[in-house]
Amino acid sequence: MRRHPARFLILTAVTAVSAVAAAACGSGTTAVSSGAGKPVTVGISLPLTGDFSADGIACEKGFELWASDVNNSGGLLGHPVKLIIRNDNSSETTVKKDYTTLIGTDHVNFVLGPFSSLLTHAAGPTVAHYGYSFVEGSGGAPSVYDLKEHNLFGVSAPVVDQMVPFANWVTSLPASQRPKTAAYPMVDDPFADPPVVTAQAKLQNAGVQTVYSNAKNPINPSKNLAPFAKAVATLHPDAVVLGSVDVPTVLAFIRGFQQANYTPKILIAASGPDQGLEFLNHVGSANATGIMVPDGWYGGFQNAESHVMVQNYIAKFGGTASGINADVAESYSAGQVLADAVIATRSFDNARIIAYLHSGVTVQSVQGPAKFNAIGENSVADSFIFQWQSGRFLQVLPAGTGSSGILATKQPWLTG
Amino acid sequence: MGRQLSEAITDGILGGGVYALMAVGLTLIFGVLDIINIAQGILVVLAAYLSYVLSVHLHIDLFVGLLVTVPAMFVIGVAIHWAFIRPLRGRERTSMSLLASYAVAIIIEGLLYLFFGSNYENLRAWYVTSSVKVLGFYLNYIYIFGFALAIVLVLALYITLYRTQFGRSIRATMQDRTAARLVGIDVNRVAALTFGIGVAVTAAGGMVFGATGGGFNPNTGYDLISRLLAIIILGGLGSIAGAMVAAIFMITLEGVVDVLWSPSWSVVVFYAALVLVLAFRPRGLFGRTAARAQ
Repeated sequence: MRRHPARFLILTAVTAVSAVAAAACGSGTTAVSSGAGKPVTVGISLPLTGDFSADGIACEKGFELWASDVNNSGGLLGHPVKLIIRNDNSSETTVKKDYTTLIGTDHVNFVLGPFSSLLTHAAGPTVAHYGYSFVEGSGGAPSVYDLKEHNLFGVSAPVVDQMVPFANWVTSLPASQRPKTAAYPMVDDPFADPPVVTAQAKLQNAGVQTVYSNAKNPINPSKNLAPFAKAVATLHPDAVVLGSVDVPTVLAFIRGFQQANYTPKILIAASGPDQGLEFLNHVGSANATGIMVPDGWYGGFQNAESHVMVQNYIAKFGGTASGINADVAESYSAGQVLADAVIATRSFDNARIIAYLHSGVTVQSVQGPAKFNAIGENSVADSFIFQWQSGRFLQVLPAGTGSSGILATKQPWLTG
Repeated sequence: MGRQLSEAITDGILGGGVYALMAVGLTLIFGVLDIINIAQGILVVLAAYLSYVLSVHLHIDLFVGLLVTVPAMFVIGVAIHWAFIRPLRGRERTSMSLLASYAVAIIIEGLLYLFFGSNYENLRAWYVTSSVKVLGFYLNYIYIFGFALAIVLVLALYITLYRTQFGRSIRATMQDRTAARLVGIDVNRVAALTFGIGVAVTAAGGMVFGATGGGFNPNTGYDLISRLLAIIILGGLGSIAGAMVAAIFMITLEGVVDVLWSPSWSVVVFYAALVLVLAFRPRGLFGRTAARAQ
């Protein structure tokens, strides 16, 4: 048989070029697809089952709404957005695998962040390894920014400062109205604890005595929380600043307080009361009244883009503005930031997107402005305190235009 | 500190009753069938959902609803045994039953997600949020009622096992399956009914579990099963009294460590206590040999 060295060399060269091209597809740089109308794929891992499933499903709605709105406006640079969503089952291990699959196997053009600081922290290094931009709406804990990943952009307010408006309000009260004592029970979660620790420091400096704090030994959220609630109730603090991560945590403490016939004068929780109807349905309108929670967004947020999103949400999913989970806005705003960067750079190149978002530009979203510092924190994020009042979720702090009057004292619980 | 310790012990004893309700069925099933029902955690959650449906949609009191949920769970238990456990044969039966019960757990979890979604639910009644003050301590009514229910059910199981013909058949099957068959006991029927009883008891545990704590969703069962397994192993596989004692001991120990040391360590101590007891008493507190001797 004759040998054909030239043919062999040509085949080798073609193979090598193909391999290089395939490797390039797995990297952070992605060429603009040549076919007009070819979808631009956005990969996301969400906890559709597991401990965070309620939030994961809310995030999914936010992303779907964003993609729908973008496509109704002509897509991204003329290309329709196609979401590829994987279920990480609230698992740190699975979320890493999901992003590896989305980028390495599915070859998505972009990725957006998962739900929660826990999962964002887990997925961050994986996405960074591939050089993809990582815009996320739900990972605001210090642990996420401690990664110092150049590709990470947290659209929502960093959680460590979320209770500052509340602490400022308490310290501004006249001495006769200011709480004398406070308790700071916390579950072990990178999202729940930092804002409570910040608030504790500020209130202690203002002379509010700490009667309970487990900052050094936070509670495993899967434990029965009733004994801890009773331990707090026994001390009768004027204020309770609860490091909670979800509705069940808050409900467990409320029940523990009810069972001990104790009502704090002031009650604020890191998370849970911001879950809209899910919180209200479990706690009841009367018992929810007076409870405060920090958040970057609410259904009545005075923002033109937010108004449009709310109307589109109601049209697509039903419900009311006050019943919309804040996770929807967090996801939607992450999509908005990505879209803004794509349009501004007129490319699907992740490296250019990252450079753009680090250029000092301010991007508008349904949660307000976003401008990122060197480690990806949104340095201009709005942080609000909301309070349930007779079934309505109202922004009460900072006081000013658009805010409602704050109920300074919580009414006793209704039991039964 | 003294008050907190006393409160932790009191809460631990009452809370242990709740776990006993969930663990008793699991140990009974092992005692007769030699299988570990991995689906026990999700069955507790299923029972909680059944109580939820009766309470929210039919406005039936949680304890009155047990008159419906206990028979319903019995039927579900018998059906699970017939479909998944009974076909297992041979020397690999015990190990295959782990896979089979895990499959059951996945199926039930999926169905619960389908019907109820992922949102957390909770059971409500006047006794869930109310308490009585005794010697300066607030004792929650739901825990008191749950503990009383645990005592009643354990006694009922004891009476069934030791005062009835059927109970004698169960004990014979527990002691020696082959010999029981030789004396004319229909061991397959005994196994099916025992599985059903084990799951039926879980109805009570599920209701109390759903009424205490902050809420449940289809995913809640995973946290439960590891604790329930630890309890029945400590108590002695197959021992009902052992499950009750172990549940009270473990939950009380956990509460005491929370107070005296740290919540971060209480989970570690929970499982370390299991390892320590087994090191000195491998068959558990009331081991299977002791149960057979009764």
